[in-house]
This record gives sequence, structure tokens and C-alpha cells, in this order.
Amino acid sequence: MNQLLKNREALLAGVIIVMIGMIAVVVPSFIAPSNLLAVYNDTSILIILALGQMLVIITRCIDLSVSANVALSGMIVAMLNYTHPGLNIFVIILIGAAVGTILGMINGLLVWKLNIPSIVVTLGTMSIYRGIVFLISNGAWINAHQMSETFLSIPRSEFLGLPILSWCSVVAIAAIYYVMRHRQLGRKIYSAGNSPTAAFYTGINVGKMQFVAFTISGLFGGLCSYLWISRYAVAYVDVANGFELQVIASCVIGGISIAGGTGKVVGCVLGALFLGIINNALPVIGISPFWQMAISGAVIIIAVVANSRSERKLGRIILRKAVQNA
Amino acid sequence: MEHVNDHKILGSEPKPKRNWLKYAMTWESFLLMTAVVVFIMNSMASPYFLDPWSLSDATFNFTEKAIVALPMALIIIVREIDISVASIMALSSVAMGIAAQHGFGVTSICVIGLTIGTLCGFFNGLLVTRLNIPSIVVTIGTMSLFRGIAYIVLGDQAIGDYPKGFTYFGQGYAFSYFSFEFVFFMVMAVIFYVVLQKSNIGRRIYSIGNNPTASFYTGINVAGYKLVLFTLLGLFSAIAAIMLTSRLGSTRPTIALGWEMGIITMVVLGGVSILGGSGTIVGVVLSVFLMGLVTVGLGLLNVPGIVMSIIIGCMLIGVIACPILLKRILKKKG
Repeated sequence: MNQLLKNREALLAGVIIVMIGMIAVVVPSFIAPSNLLAVYNDTSILIILALGQMLVIITRCIDLSVSANVALSGMIVAMLNYTHPGLNIFVIILIGAAVGTILGMINGLLVWKLNIPSIVVTLGTMSIYRGIVFLISNGAWINAHQMSETFLSIPRSEFLGLPILSWCSVVAIAAIYYVMRHRQLGRKIYSAGNSPTAAFYTGINVGKMQFVAFTISGLFGGLCSYLWISRYAVAYVDVANGFELQVIASCVIGGISIAGGTGKVVGCVLGALFLGIINNALPVIGISPFWQMAISGAVIIIAVVANSRSERKLGRIILRKAVQNA
Repeated sequence: MEHVNDHKILGSEPKPKRNWLKYAMTWESFLLMTAVVVFIMNSMASPYFLDPWSLSDATFNFTEKAIVALPMALIIIVREIDISVASIMALSSVAMGIAAQHGFGVTSICVIGLTIGTLCGFFNGLLVTRLNIPSIVVTIGTMSLFRGIAYIVLGDQAIGDYPKGFTYFGQGYAFSYFSFEFVFFMVMAVIFYVVLQKSNIGRRIYSIGNNPTASFYTGINVAGYKLVLFTLLGLFSAIAAIMLTSRLGSTRPTIALGWEMGIITMVVLGGVSILGGSGTIVGVVLSVFLMGLVTVGLGLLNVPGIVMSIIIGCMLIGVIACPILLKRILKKKG
């Protein structure tokens, strides 16, 4: 029992349950299963993007361009659907995912091959991708009536009681959990982030792991772009503006240390759910939306302070920095 | 006894000639050359560019960001970062607006704004130094928190009535073409240059950025320096907020939205390594001018703001990637 109390993810789950309980006192209909499932559906996009960001943060990088990725892939997907309404939706989704993956690969290549710090790369690509959205759309919006029926209906259609959108996040969670726990790729990513020097001496190409992390983050961004555009039924330049900070916040709340090397899939999902529940609960309780930003910020700070108390200090430096090949 | 005459007397060796090539290969020279090229391109592209009033007007565009970029450079040199600066500006501006609404005078308004900014910076610094939380995470949180408080206070309204004297800060001219903002920025730049590159405090800042552990063991109060730098950054964000609010003449919670990225771009473009430990104020000032020139030039060509940010993004990556690529190409040849 003591170990359960000290487990960070268990504590986070406990906090979430307490929070839901407190909301239920004020608004009893919040705990109705249909409402909880709706909240989960709402948070699905955040969960998927947070899983991609988790890989990036574990490898000691950061991806600020993920929302611009969603916007650009989404605009391309929406424009394709608008100009070719007969085109098969799955082809469109594949193209969106491919575009997102390429955008992620560009980030990854700049970090891997040119050794530019990831915060600088993603700051630059963030502006570039969003600017390209403007260039291809000329500032115009693509609205719901310009999108085809199937385009809009797929994430909402239900399969075994859950909307496809929720199933997407379930599949993403399962896939990432499998890779991180049961594949060598997962172990390599953890070790590349935990101790790059030791990983290098073990033969792991740290830069390549960062490239893979960025690619997966881009892939998830591309997939989410279709989900986002179709869910909100509009595509414009400012899609997902500022969302990358929510994504990073979910990871941090979920216990994924910004110093890299540690973090569980469970934690990431719980962190995303935490933010999602807060975002959903505030309007329900009747708190004005103007309070939302401040509460999000306060929650992030509290979660980070709580997490930092339990973080282990770095040990002695055993291996001197290896000479990386040029 | 001949071998005694073979000993060289210390200090009498011929001084080595200054290697001008080494100066030309520095980041600052690269920025200067690019700035000159852009200046010439702008003059050719638009007849309105070379007018002194036009140039002076152009400075309003970037001076507020530049004022914040100076202490931001110091923060990045010590291996921290602060992305909440724009939110501190918003909160200071909102506080000043509330003060103006209650009829306070110009001095009181400014003091209130500066105090709020300094307190915000101090809060950031406390969380980073006392609780050892990485600054990027702290400032992601405070970014939302501070702007959120601004939203709570103001909602979606705007405050527009400021006392007469207040407009001097953002719209006034110190002498002939030079605006008060610009003169303030240049004076601050000189002060920062002297402190950073010619004083002990500056050497300690560089040393903290280069190796915090070694600096700590040398007796430098690393946590104290970082706390002071974060507070200073808050203070300067408030100063920039005074200038911006006075220039716009009004306050909204969305003021300075997205400015933190522009400020960090200015600093990183100026040669300050994001990994800490190196960078000069000269470089930051040059990059401020370069970004200002590019923005003004593109504006005169009627390029929309969001396309400008593509170019700034490319510049940011390009300016950092070019020396690395050049080094690789030179290594392969040599």
C-alpha cells in the first residue's frame, strides 16, 4: 500500500478521481458514464499528440511545432477534400499522415544531422509551417459545408459504443505502450534520453533515436490533423494555435521529466486526461471561460512542483562526453 | 655564457598580427554583413525606405521586443529560458490600465506596472531556483497563469483612457528623429554591454552558463544570480509593457500575444547559444536591427505578417545551420 502511495502515476490517478468526485458534488450528472465517455472523446486528440510528444521529451528534445503540423496537414487534407470530394477518405487520411510525417522528419533531420538544439528548430518550423498554411490557403477558411459527408462523419460514427475518435486514441495508446515496453526501439529511446553518453557507448545512435521520436510525433500530428479538422469542421490558419503548450503540459503533469529519460505511457495518458477533465469541467461548474487559462497555468505549476519533489537527483558523471562523429 | 643570450626576455616577443580573418568569421560580422545587404535591398526595393522619418517609424516596430531581448540574452546565457515574458507584459499592462481607470497619475501607473512585472519575474525565479524545476516548464505554466489573470481581470474589454503624459513613453521623441523608445534601448544596450562583457558580474554570468557546477564550487552564488536575472527580466518586460501600452494607447488581455517567440528569435539569431555560456550583446543588437530591417522591408513590399514569420523562421534555422554546414564543407576539403 505504501508503495502504491509513492507511485507517481497512482497519485495522479487518485487526484483525478478526487477531482471528478468534487465536480460530481456540484454537478451530479458529470459522473454519468455517457458524460465521462464524452469527456474522453473530447480529450482523445490531446492524448494522441501527448503520446507523440512524450517520445520527443524522453529523448531530451522538445517539439513546439506540433500544432503548426496539425494546422498544415489539416489544411492540406481539407483542401483535398474540398477540391476532390469523390476521393476516398482513407486515401486523404493517408496523405494527411504522410504530410505530418514529412514535417516531423524535417524537424528530426535538422536536430540529428545538423545538431541544432530542438527548441530552436521547432521554434523556426512552427512559424514556417503556420506561414505555409496561409500561403496555400491565402487566408481563406474551409467550412463545414465545403467538406464531404463522409469526411465529417467518420470520427463521429460509433463502433461498439465508442466513437471512432475515441478508438483512435485507444489504438494509439496500445501501440505506443507496446513499442515502449516490448520492443527494442522503446528501450533504445529510453536509454538515449536517460544517458546519451552511455547509450552512445552501447552502440545506440542517439541522434537517430531523436529523429525517430520526431517522426512519430509528426505522424501523430498528421493523423490528428484529420481528426481535428473533421471534428471541428473548419480549417483555417489558426487551427490548434497554442495547443502545443497543452500537449507539453500533459506530458509534464504525467511525470515525464523534461530532463529526459523517464516517463510512462500511463502517466502521459493520465496527464492528458487531467487537463481534459479540467477543460471540460470548468464550463460545467459555471466558471467563466476567462478563468480557464489561469487555472490551466496554476495546475501546470502545481503539478510540476509536486513532481519535482519526487524526482531523483542525477548521479555522478561517470563517463566523459564521447566525441560524436561529425 | 652564450646560452644566456638565447633566453628570450618575457614581453619582448613581437606581438602577433591581429587576424582580421578571425574577426570576419565571427557571428557578429556575419550578422552585420547580412544587415547591410538587407539595408541595400530595402533601399532598392522601395523608394520610401531611406526617408529618416520612415526609418524612425520603423524602429517602433521592434524596440519594445529589443528591450526585453537584452535581459533575455543574459537568461539564455545562464542556460535558462523564459517564455512567459509576453504574459508578464500583458499582466503589467492590464494592471496599469486598472490604475489609469482609477485615476492614478502617470508616475503611479508606471510604478504599479513595474512592480507587477518585477514580482512576476521574481515568482519565476523563485520556482526555478528554490524548487529546482526546469525553467521551460515553469515558464510554460506562468505563461498561462499571468495571461490568464489578465483575462480574469479584463475579460474581453479594452481600457483606453490613459492620462495625457503617459503617451510620451511610446510615442514621444527624445531628440529629432530618435524616439524615446529607441534612445532608451540604445542606452540600455550600452549598459548591458559594459556589464556583461567588461565587468566581473558578466564574467560570472558567462561562467554560470558554461559550467554551473564548477561555478558553484568556485563560490559564485548561482541561484542568487539566476533569481536576480529572472527578476530583471520581469522588470524589463514591464518597461516594454509601459512603452507598448503608451504607444497603443489602450490595453487588452491579448496585448503582445506571441511576442515571446519573436524575442527569443532575436536573441538566438544574435549568436547567443541556446545551450548557454556564449553570446554577445553586440550580436543581439545587430540581430535586432537585422530583424527590424527585414520586417520593415517586407512590410513596404506589402508582404502579410504571417509570411514574414516564415522568413524569420527560415532565417533563424538558416543562420544557425550555415556555420555548421560551412564547417563540414571546409573540413571535407581541408
